[in-house]
Amino acid sequence: MSSYLFRNGHVIDPVTGVDGQRDLLIVDGVIDCIREHIGASADETFDLDGAVIAPGFCDMHVHFREPGEEHKETLATGALAAAAGGFTAVACMPNTIPPLDTAEAVLSIRQKSDRFPVDIHPIGAITKGREGRELAPIAELHAAGAVAFSDDGTCLQNAKLLRIALDYASVVDAPVIQHAEDAALSEGGAMNEGYMSTVLGLPGIPRIAEDGIVLRDMAVVEYVDGTYHLAHVSTASAVDAVRAAKVKGLRVTCEAAPHHFTLTDEAVRGYDTSTKVKPPLRTRDDVVAVKEAFRDGVIDAIATDHAPHAAFEKEVEYVYAPFGIIGLETAVGLAVTELVEQRYLTLWELVERFSVNPRRILRLPEIRIEEGMQANLTFFHPSREWSVDVRQFRSRSRNSPFHGMTLRGKPLGIVNKDQLVWLAE
Amino acid sequence: MASLTIDHLIGLDGVPREDIALILDTTDTFLEVLDRPVKKVPTLQGKTVVNLFFENSTRTRISFELAERRLSADVVNFSVGTSSVSKGESLLDTARNIEAMKVDMVVMRHSAAGACEFLRRRCTSRFINAGDGAHEHPTQALLDMFTLRREFGTLEGINVCIVGDILHSRVARSNMFGLVTMGANVAVCGPPTLLPRHVDRLGVRVFTDIDEALAWCDAVNVLRIQLERRAGGYFPTLREYHDVYGVTAERLDRLSRRIAILHPGPINRGVEIDSDVADGPQSVILRQVTHGVAVRMAVLYLLGTKTE
Amino acid sequence: MSETQILIDEPGFDRMISRLAHEIVEHNHGTSDLVIIGLRTRGVYVARRIREKIAAIEGVELPLGVLDVTLYRDDVRQHLRQPEVRASDIPFDISDRHVILVDDVLFTGRTVRSALDALIDFGRPRTIQLVVIVDRGHRELPIRADYTGKTIATSRGQEVRVRLREVDGSDGIDLVTLQDT
Repeated sequence: MSSYLFRNGHVIDPVTGVDGQRDLLIVDGVIDCIREHIGASADETFDLDGAVIAPGFCDMHVHFREPGEEHKETLATGALAAAAGGFTAVACMPNTIPPLDTAEAVLSIRQKSDRFPVDIHPIGAITKGREGRELAPIAELHAAGAVAFSDDGTCLQNAKLLRIALDYASVVDAPVIQHAEDAALSEGGAMNEGYMSTVLGLPGIPRIAEDGIVLRDMAVVEYVDGTYHLAHVSTASAVDAVRAAKVKGLRVTCEAAPHHFTLTDEAVRGYDTSTKVKPPLRTRDDVVAVKEAFRDGVIDAIATDHAPHAAFEKEVEYVYAPFGIIGLETAVGLAVTELVEQRYLTLWELVERFSVNPRRILRLPEIRIEEGMQANLTFFHPSREWSVDVRQFRSRSRNSPFHGMTLRGKPLGIVNKDQLVWLAE
Repeated sequence: MASLTIDHLIGLDGVPREDIALILDTTDTFLEVLDRPVKKVPTLQGKTVVNLFFENSTRTRISFELAERRLSADVVNFSVGTSSVSKGESLLDTARNIEAMKVDMVVMRHSAAGACEFLRRRCTSRFINAGDGAHEHPTQALLDMFTLRREFGTLEGINVCIVGDILHSRVARSNMFGLVTMGANVAVCGPPTLLPRHVDRLGVRVFTDIDEALAWCDAVNVLRIQLERRAGGYFPTLREYHDVYGVTAERLDRLSRRIAILHPGPINRGVEIDSDVADGPQSVILRQVTHGVAVRMAVLYLLGTKTE
Repeated sequence: MSETQILIDEPGFDRMISRLAHEIVEHNHGTSDLVIIGLRTRGVYVARRIREKIAAIEGVELPLGVLDVTLYRDDVRQHLRQPEVRASDIPFDISDRHVILVDDVLFTGRTVRSALDALIDFGRPRTIQLVVIVDRGHRELPIRADYTGKTIATSRGQEVRVRLREVDGSDGIDLVTLQDT
């Protein structure tokens, strides 16, 4: 029997509607007692000093590289990074080697991560081999545990296949997640096409590569009445397209990554390959549009697109470096600093974007912070400042553009599956 | 005492006016040295300069090498094909090797934008960028500017138009940055497919009509058209390029005044420029080549003898 | 704090230039094949004065050149300093000529050594003869002047300044003693 008592917490639970100062007692992984003051003692007691107790955060977009590229990340190191970032669940993209396009591959992810304190939900490939030609066995993948379908890393270019995938996925009630990028327009590009690519002489990826696919997809979604989730939205026009679709009542949701509401293509100056991502870092106007879309609810979720790469892969010429940066361990700090501190979101809304909404999109069970419920919780301090040091990261990789940055809002730990992961101060 | 504020020459973007002026003034001196019977001075004796060329460029390398030898530096050439780069050595390994060999200066050419900056950040040697992808080629722009300054007496207020593939051109970028800093009026002209996005925000005028551009400018810098661009679909045929954007004698004859013709070389005769223009009286192309050695001597001298 | 003592005044300076001009002409048996080259910056003014005197004596204007030795200086090569480098201007061939090399003060001899290196890169003169206004000793190299205006024994704490009308408004030679404060 183990028991943990958390004093002076600030419970925010959008599901039950609680927003206030509470003490919370967990016994054997179950919420035993939740009150304004608890007198009892426990094996371990934590003074939260006003930190938030929230339903466990879920990052619905990570790349854990297992199987195939374990030198970048494994399910185990990825889970450690997720826990350190304050997440109790992640959904991992299927662009592994081989990709998650068979029931066995999906099952294997679940089995290997079975005992981790962080739930790892596999996302199945839409097409066999992620090649964009033939539909993968979507119903089988779903039965094996795939929570959504995506060819992320590449875009599903073929509109007919998208139509079929949306139709087919609706049978199992799972969303299709699109990585919107017109391959012909983005080919050879290394950064956002604009003033900065002109100054730096780097080949550009024009915003229309993203905008065009999103506009087309909205038409397809409307036509077939599918369930569609747009990954890592980054442009003002793509945000507008999603907003218009939502107004029409389409079953469309979308996410944005912290780097897309924090950095602009100015960050590429100096050619640090930790700024090379897809979609690329955009302009000030886009960053503002993404933030505004958080405010008005067009963007449902914060997802990191955590994409680890080894130093030897990233420490090369900018054009040769692979796309992607890690994000799990900086997401909460960036979201609080950029969205809460700048009044785009309240803490309540932040919890929705990090926990309630992504779980709803992936059809995961609701978390309720109530007595008798299994504890699945994220603890974070909304006003604590800290300095990002990639050397302290739990991820196997270090490719973050945020090293050295001072952030406000620090994850303290998680509880899930009767396991407590607490970050040493 | 006149000294550069920069420690390396990666590009002209952000380089202050005083630095550019000092390099151009110093070039005057070295041009005089090149007129002496013995065109060699002992200034960089005991210094080692590595010419690190990951991309073929015989002309630029020879110009740098002449400049280095005339300053009495010890010169090592390290080129793709004769080095371990062709055996798959990464740029990072190259950086570590340079650092271990304790080289004083590195002159570097690479096909990837930012490659020179990449090495500079990881080494203690002084770096001179001899061209990195479509980013910058600062010594070429300096020699163009030096040629223009000798031609017009000043850069302030003169109208310079750069014609051709601006999108992929490091020469165009360095010229735009440098000339704008020095107070020249700069324009670019080319097919819209070969003009980079928001190029006007660099403070330059944009022409898509070559005749309007030529009528506006005092000097035109004609860029080489890389023949593979046609394959990239940026324009349909070389003949069409020549018809629409070629600098021809007919076009120049229609102008009310004589303009100076520059070209960074090598020339595609009959594509971006006609032979009779390239070899004609308005052309300063060969003077550019002479000035290239003097400009590079000036840069090597100013960086190589700069006190810490 | 420093103390300045005037060693030579304006008329004395003019007499000294006359004497140097006479010595040069006498020693070379006239002006045939003579050229005169001043070291930037003050040596150039002195060279012009001597040239004027010779013109007055012999009625011949010697070819005049300007030499900048920055690129040949050993202190520049050792990163001790980075002076502005300026062009030399020697608009004639010095091969087989007698070169009269002119500077204001002869001290360690290093500047003259740089000048000899530089001159030899311009051609092969028959002779190079050195003229200085002041020789203040403390040589670090085996170099001596052929024509000396005045030899002044100085200590390291003293400085000799040759004043010139073109830059200082008047001619003369001062001994400046630097005092510790």
